[in-house]
Amino acid sequence: MDLELMLNSLPKLLFATLITLKLLASSLTAGLVLALVFSIMRISKNNFLFYFSYIFSNIFRGTPLLVQIFIIYYGFGQIEYLRSTIFWVIFKEPFGCAMFALSLNTAAYTSEILRSAFETVKVGYVEAGQSLGLSKKKIFYKIRLPLAIHQSLSAYGNEIILLMKGTALASTVTLMDITGVARNIISTSFKPIEVFIVAGSIYLCLTFLIQYLIKIAENKFKINV
Amino acid sequence: MEYLHFGSTGWGDELFFATLMTIAVSITAMVIGFLFALIFTPLKLSNFFFLRLLANSYTTFVRGIPELLIIYLFFFGGSASLMFVAKLFGYNGYIEINAFMTGAFAIGIISGAYSTEVLRGAIQSLDKGQFEACKALGLKKPIYFFKIILPQVLRLAIPNLNNIWQITLKDTSLISVTGLVEIMRQSYIAAGSTRDPLFFYSIAACLYLILTFLSLKFFNKIEKKYREGFKWI
Repeated sequence: MDLELMLNSLPKLLFATLITLKLLASSLTAGLVLALVFSIMRISKNNFLFYFSYIFSNIFRGTPLLVQIFIIYYGFGQIEYLRSTIFWVIFKEPFGCAMFALSLNTAAYTSEILRSAFETVKVGYVEAGQSLGLSKKKIFYKIRLPLAIHQSLSAYGNEIILLMKGTALASTVTLMDITGVARNIISTSFKPIEVFIVAGSIYLCLTFLIQYLIKIAENKFKINV
Repeated sequence: MEYLHFGSTGWGDELFFATLMTIAVSITAMVIGFLFALIFTPLKLSNFFFLRLLANSYTTFVRGIPELLIIYLFFFGGSASLMFVAKLFGYNGYIEINAFMTGAFAIGIISGAYSTEVLRGAIQSLDKGQFEACKALGLKKPIYFFKIILPQVLRLAIPNLNNIWQITLKDTSLISVTGLVEIMRQSYIAAGSTRDPLFFYSIAACLYLILTFLSLKFFNKIEKKYREGFKWI
């Protein structure tokens, strides 16, 4: 055991944690918004919207995240048209590419979680809303959405942890997150086990933190039905 | 499209063999993972605190740390620790370990942690009477586990094992960082040599989609077969 190396690499890895967290937070937010849109499309009666969302979610859930990141990072640069649009600001940076891929990936999984949550909302509650004369919008925002959020929180917590582990793949496109820095230290020091212990502990701490936050959120969204 | 010709002019045959490699690694990893699950599930349900702690830390650690980091540990750490052992016996050369086995083992450990959780959940949802009946009949522990409990557990666990298979299949793309020529690595090579990454990574995505789709069909068939006697439920 090389304790000195472990102590020396800790500040570097902690600094890299900031990038991991930044990536996690931004793709989580974008992914959640997209997921909400896609899950609403999935429960809509319009055939086109339904199939669009269905195909999107199956493509992104059926292929590895690494392929998605590589297509966006290496492949999108080939499209001449894209280079001339404003979106190129996102795709020219590894951070933007990783964030884009992670957002779409988590949106696909989260939309499935939300869809099944919407489906478990009992018809009786919606009918109760209708019989009270609430508008369609109000039924959605006041009855279906809160119940679906309540239903999906613990599954969503798992998804956040999976996404956190997914951010490690951003290191393959030269982003210096925890895994990227850890690989660099390993390849200069040839001490994989020590570095793994430090980097792994940081990831474990993040996992426990997410689990703790989800538990707090679950208590807050507790609905007595 | 001429990129996909078989033979020396295109990448068709290379990609075909890479797909076979992906399938081989995934199946090996899944089997290793299932063996791990068979070992750790009883530990998780055991009455001894120490054994439970061991199994719990295995599943918690592996499920809380990114797969890529675990693969790096095995890839860089595997040969380093082997060389350390070899040094004790007086061998000072460089040892390189097989990328296939390292990769399959790393992915297997990851899928084993998830399989353990699935099997534990399935065993806990079994009717208590099944265990009591085994005890009443005076069956020995291995017999009652393999003959009575496991077949029932498999029926309950197959839908979830299907999910784990899909995760394992997709995780094998990460082994490409160690240089094993599976779909991802082959596409990387082809993309580098033709300067057409968009095309080759899209082909890789399609290959993975086909694999996940076919295995879904396969698992649905098995699920149906295992449910044969339970259609009325």
